[in-house]
Amino acid sequence: MTSQAGAGAGTGAGRREPSHALRIFLPWLVVSVVADWLIWSVWGPHLPPGDMASAASNQQFDIKVMAVIAAPVTAFVLIYFGYALVVWRQRDGDETDGPALHGHARVQATWITVTTVIVLALFGFGTYELMTAQGAGAGEGPSPIWAPAGSAPLQVQVIGQQWRFTYRYPQFGGFESTQLMLPEGRWVEFHVTSLDVIHSFWAYQLGVKADANPGVDNTAFTRPTQLGQVTVRCAELCGLWHGAMADTGKVVTPAAFESWAKSTQARLASVTRMLPPYATTYDPTVVPAINKAMAKAGITGANGYFYPPQDPVQP
Amino acid sequence: MAIEMQPAQTREPGGGGPAAGGMPRPWWRRPAVHTGILGAVIGYLLGHLLGNFLGSSYQQLPLSDSSDLPIVLGYVAAVIGWLAGLGVFSDLLRQMAGRPAGEAGGHAEAGGVAQYFRYSLDHKVVGIQYLVAMLVYFCTAGLFAMAIRTELLSPVHHVFSSSAYIEIVGEHGTMMMMLMTSVILGPLGNYLVPLMIGSKRVAFPRIEALSFWLTPAAFGVLLSGLLLGGFPFGWTGYAPLSIESTYGADSYAIAFGLMGISMILAGFNLIVTIICYRAPGMRWSRLPMFAWSMLATAFLMVLAAPVLVGGMYMIITDRTAQTAFFTDSLGGSSYLYQNLFWFFGHPEVYILALPGFGIVSEIIPVFCRKPLFGYKTAAAGMLGVTLLSFFVWQHHLFDSGINPDMRPLFMLTTELISIPTGFIYLVAMGTFWKAKIRLSVPMLFALGMYFNFLIGGISGVFLSDVPADTTEHGSFFVMAHFHYTIMGGLIFALMAGIYYWLPKMMGIQLNQTLGKIHFWTMFIFFNATFLPLFAVGMAGQPRRVFEYARSLQTINDWVSVSAFLLGGSILIFVINFVWSTVIARVRAEGNPWQSRGLEWQVPSPPPPGNFARVPVVLSGPYEYGDPAAPPVADLAPPPGVLAGAIGDPAGAQPDSAGPAGALSPAGAPGAAGAEPDGPAPQSPAAGADPDPRAEA
Repeated sequence: MTSQAGAGAGTGAGRREPSHALRIFLPWLVVSVVADWLIWSVWGPHLPPGDMASAASNQQFDIKVMAVIAAPVTAFVLIYFGYALVVWRQRDGDETDGPALHGHARVQATWITVTTVIVLALFGFGTYELMTAQGAGAGEGPSPIWAPAGSAPLQVQVIGQQWRFTYRYPQFGGFESTQLMLPEGRWVEFHVTSLDVIHSFWAYQLGVKADANPGVDNTAFTRPTQLGQVTVRCAELCGLWHGAMADTGKVVTPAAFESWAKSTQARLASVTRMLPPYATTYDPTVVPAINKAMAKAGITGANGYFYPPQDPVQP
Repeated sequence: MAIEMQPAQTREPGGGGPAAGGMPRPWWRRPAVHTGILGAVIGYLLGHLLGNFLGSSYQQLPLSDSSDLPIVLGYVAAVIGWLAGLGVFSDLLRQMAGRPAGEAGGHAEAGGVAQYFRYSLDHKVVGIQYLVAMLVYFCTAGLFAMAIRTELLSPVHHVFSSSAYIEIVGEHGTMMMMLMTSVILGPLGNYLVPLMIGSKRVAFPRIEALSFWLTPAAFGVLLSGLLLGGFPFGWTGYAPLSIESTYGADSYAIAFGLMGISMILAGFNLIVTIICYRAPGMRWSRLPMFAWSMLATAFLMVLAAPVLVGGMYMIITDRTAQTAFFTDSLGGSSYLYQNLFWFFGHPEVYILALPGFGIVSEIIPVFCRKPLFGYKTAAAGMLGVTLLSFFVWQHHLFDSGINPDMRPLFMLTTELISIPTGFIYLVAMGTFWKAKIRLSVPMLFALGMYFNFLIGGISGVFLSDVPADTTEHGSFFVMAHFHYTIMGGLIFALMAGIYYWLPKMMGIQLNQTLGKIHFWTMFIFFNATFLPLFAVGMAGQPRRVFEYARSLQTINDWVSVSAFLLGGSILIFVINFVWSTVIARVRAEGNPWQSRGLEWQVPSPPPPGNFARVPVVLSGPYEYGDPAAPPVADLAPPPGVLAGAIGDPAGAQPDSAGPAGALSPAGAPGAAGAEPDGPAPQSPAAGADPDPRAEA
């Protein structure tokens, strides 16, 4: 492009103007095709958040599609700017003004049409995805638009509190664990809620992000497709130890999950009895039996309140 | 519209204000910053006492043994004391006592550096006050950013305690987001808009000055939050957390609320100024793009900031009077706060973007030596952004579980807003076509703005798509995105504006070599800082954390080092600014950029009153390359022409370029002020109306 530009600079005022449009269009075409091919086939399979679960694959696909659309747009603007800066610079000693061009109706109409078409296409694409499983990884509130049909999904309740996520499994007696354990290949229905402030349950490899609001049952769906570890982080600033509110979940085989769930249910049975019965939301001001017992023993936690700064307890 | 009706001797710039004593008093007895501080201290003590008296009987915070009421009332009384000490209420009280408001002399007599420390009613003084103050706020908040990056050098070793870190994050975010709303509208808008539209003054000088003097109060209140333990909820202040947090939250809510009031006042003044104070012939089709952007920004401020003030008021009452607007178990809703906040918060993002669009659109025709391409498209783009920005706020809540059926709508509006935003690129690219580009420092910064905002805007489209947003929301991706639009857009445009207009505002040329060094370091290190953060966010690092995955340490260290160098680049600017304006003081040429803008047709810095006579605008500001174009304005129209101007524009117009007439009675009714040389009434209707100030 630079060499072309140099040639363009050499043409005198009397000579015929080179076709600037063509000189911008051709490099743009080449760059766009190459960039889109690279994004789609080379970079795409490695784009975050990976393909460990259905929702994650869908998000990876969306990011790939957006990148494929964004690359030519970005390339067009940058190539145009670069061309303009090289070719349409002020020459030494030239103090005259450029042509008095106030506008160009067809160029403006084309621009508006093209951007509108891109935007409406993106909107149609996104709306379609929201009505299918594609968008089910995002928190959908108590009445989700889409839910998996057929076999009953595994229900997992995620309870956020400062500064820890705990998980209840209502299909296994409602035991509450600090360990997130999921079976491979089965739809998971997350019910995310909070006991104190707003948190956000972000299971990165699962492609799930759902805010944990006090008093709200926020659902999200995903289906793990590979075995492995899942990073869980809080994605909404929730106070002092927000940065340390993280844990690691596991996706295991269905058989391993069944045995883990059964054994944990049995092991925690005595604790589960003291918990409030399983519900979609909880009112932390109603102190459950276990808290009463702890308070009696002099063991008090944050109780959903903000820790005083002088008393930070590492969770 | 009874304006400009004071006796001639009070028509000095500012028209006489509270600081203007008839008999010269010693400086320490005249209202200025020091009396303001005294008033604030006295006010705080009184308010705190009152709060202790009222609130001693009940406990507010769950784990504390005292109430927020003394803090809140102390802050409120301190702000009132600060304003009273500055003399904001003096004129009001004088008028209520039946004495004439302000005395002769005004600030022309005060003069010198001292007037910048007073409650001045001259829009040019307020502009300079805003400029210096905004740079101080920006650098203070920037130092907090340096501290954040210092902590993030290591995922496990900590420089700050977690509480100190979260305070720093909150201070950085809040200070930047609340105070930088006025970073262009305050200094450049207040200073330049009257000059650009051919007015001798702004519509409401007292409101304008008050809007400025609220910003140091907001800044001080926000910083004082550190003394109260800071606030652990960032700049968003999501509700259950902000209700439960310690006293620092009071400083957050009051500072943000004060800044909201400042925004409303500043916006209101500029709206009326632009609509009603345009010179004859300054039709809507000749309004400079910067004035268009200021008009759009001012409308956003006036319409969005009241929601913020309401939200902050609810936080304060939740914390003090134990209302329960945001407590779910007592009938409130934490979603209410999120809605209120983002109903302000998203228009605010465009409050931060539009002034930048205005500056770059104003600058590129000058340095391309071509008319602005698609003037109407550019103006329509700004108005389209303004309108649409009120309909996108729930895209911040895509994952929050609020009303999932509404997500397609907010996805649509969010994506639609990229169309009018894209117009600024259409306009720039059309203007570049066959231009003669001069790469001076302001143009470099404008080009940097286009580059950065392109990345910021494109990444914003990623965020509008719900599935993609599920990965990106709340991560460093979002943080990189809005730093690209705000720092890469707004602050680069601000720098372009400062390098471009400082010769006008101070009559002083900034050092161009240092300016180029400043641009290249800032451009390179800005991108080196924030471009990797997109990847960091995509790789799973949430915002506002102090611990992150070990595998991300290398890239975080790169970003931190680059951020320090970016800070060094800002230091180069500060050195350049101080050295050029205080030490070197190289006089600038009258019109160093050969601009056609009306503001450049008067001497630099502009004389008191801006124009000897109200000019008659003859053509648009971007008519470069058109030898037939008339000069932008007739600065000394014969009085007779103006008196009878409405009917017969021909005399004022040496050229037939505008056959409809330069004076456009339909387009600028309020601006058709026949004001040949001073005390004449602005409009016939006002003539019969006795001036309340003169009579009082």
